[in-house]
Amino acid sequence: MDVPRHWRLKTQRYGLIGEECPDCQHKIFPPRDVCPECGSPAHAPYVFSGRGEVFSFSHVYQAPASHEEQAPYTVAMIRLEEGPLVTAQLTDVNRDDVRIGMPVEMVTRALQSNGERGMIVYGYKFRPLTKAVA
Amino acid sequence: MRDVSIIGIGQTRVGEHWDTSLRHLALEAIKAAAIEADVERVDGLFVGNMLAGELSGQGNLGALIADFVGLRGVEAVTVEAASASGAAAVRQAYLAVAGGLMDFALVAGVEKLSDVVGSPAITAQATATDSDYEAAHGVTPLAIAAMMMRRYMHEYDASLADFAAFSVNAHLNASTNPYAMFHNKLSVQSFVKAPMVADPINLFDAAAPADGAAAVILARSDWARGRGNGAARVRIAASAAATDALAIADRRDPLWLAAAEASANRAYQQAGVAARDIQFAELHDAATVLAALSLEACGFAGRGGGVNFAKGGGIARDGQTPTSTLGGLKGRGDPGGATGVYQIVEAVQQLRGQAGPNQIAGARLGLAQSLGANGATAITHILVRDE
Repeated sequence: MDVPRHWRLKTQRYGLIGEECPDCQHKIFPPRDVCPECGSPAHAPYVFSGRGEVFSFSHVYQAPASHEEQAPYTVAMIRLEEGPLVTAQLTDVNRDDVRIGMPVEMVTRALQSNGERGMIVYGYKFRPLTKAVA
Repeated sequence: MRDVSIIGIGQTRVGEHWDTSLRHLALEAIKAAAIEADVERVDGLFVGNMLAGELSGQGNLGALIADFVGLRGVEAVTVEAASASGAAAVRQAYLAVAGGLMDFALVAGVEKLSDVVGSPAITAQATATDSDYEAAHGVTPLAIAAMMMRRYMHEYDASLADFAAFSVNAHLNASTNPYAMFHNKLSVQSFVKAPMVADPINLFDAAAPADGAAAVILARSDWARGRGNGAARVRIAASAAATDALAIADRRDPLWLAAAEASANRAYQQAGVAARDIQFAELHDAATVLAALSLEACGFAGRGGGVNFAKGGGIARDGQTPTSTLGGLKGRGDPGGATGVYQIVEAVQQLRGQAGPNQIAGARLGLAQSLGANGATAITHILVRDE
């Protein structure tokens, strides 16, 4: 089983924690240790708010084995309010209601199940924003 | 740097070859290319393949195929760059011959996608995405193209029917290509009614995964010219490759194929030509939106103008830049890592005047561009017919 491969990603998967560039203050997700904007080393953790809006989306009918039980499901690119785009599933939403520009927030859900005896992988998904932003 | 010519081409029909293995497909294409080239030796074999390890449990195709086609002992290696694997293999062979390290290099693109169907096949295809940040979330290569298409529709106010022109053109051209998977013509009406695969991409929008093999043999041009053989007159005027972020979300602009633009521009510079000089273009139409974005990245259409360019007839056989002239990925079928070699074979057919009813009149300069993983890799070749 590929436990370590998922375990290594726990910080970003559970907390939506990326990085902030010390030089140009660019917010980075997923973390990559080098700022994609200015090339400076960037190791300072940055916790994203989890809020953003739908940039684009698709409904997947032909799923890989790891996600077959969930199909059909909706995947989306989310423009986080801090800037970066992130790709994830949408949840708690009727697929006919999904629109580009729809405000969403991050939640933690099961990303994939790998059979009855397999590992359940948890991580971020996004759902329609449930309450007004304070 | 030495000039490099293409002295032999071969291809199998693209389709579902239940009764033929990877090695036999490769053999058929290589045999055809070798008969044309009629050389006593090749100095290296470059195999383009994407998923043999995942779908056929077979690695090290270089050694396997070299031995199987009677080249035991020759230097041989597999080149992988997702769906651009075939074009990447052509480029590696080009580098070897242009750089003077080989005089004759054989390229074989081979792929067998029909042995495994359903979710395991999708799992294999998804290895071309970012495993941690795309595939882990159930994102497939087609879903990424679908998100690009929906955003394209949103930003440029395009409808589903607007994209039909690409598939209609591809099927029309494939209908008269004996090597193509599909010989049926497609109407705009049936395009818009097709079942969704990854909304808004439907069954007639995406290219069908298939089996096939294509081969080319490269040689230094001074040798090819000395031979005086008409079949050896096609020269590689440019070869250029570039990459972008693998994950779509990491790209500076998800609606701009930066790697395709960079490799096309480098290729134009090498060949000393401009986009308007190109008489036909084999583009990576694995989905219609990719064809549209490729037209834009290569400078055949303006930003956001790719769909209207196609709709207005710009990609038709008698249009400004004919594309998918023998069917493209959509009509000929998409045998993964072999696709990039098929594009080269088809461009050579055009430049030799061997494209039959699909012939572009007076074709002398053509472009072939292959994309890996929705544009994370882009490899552009420009071929010219020497007089």
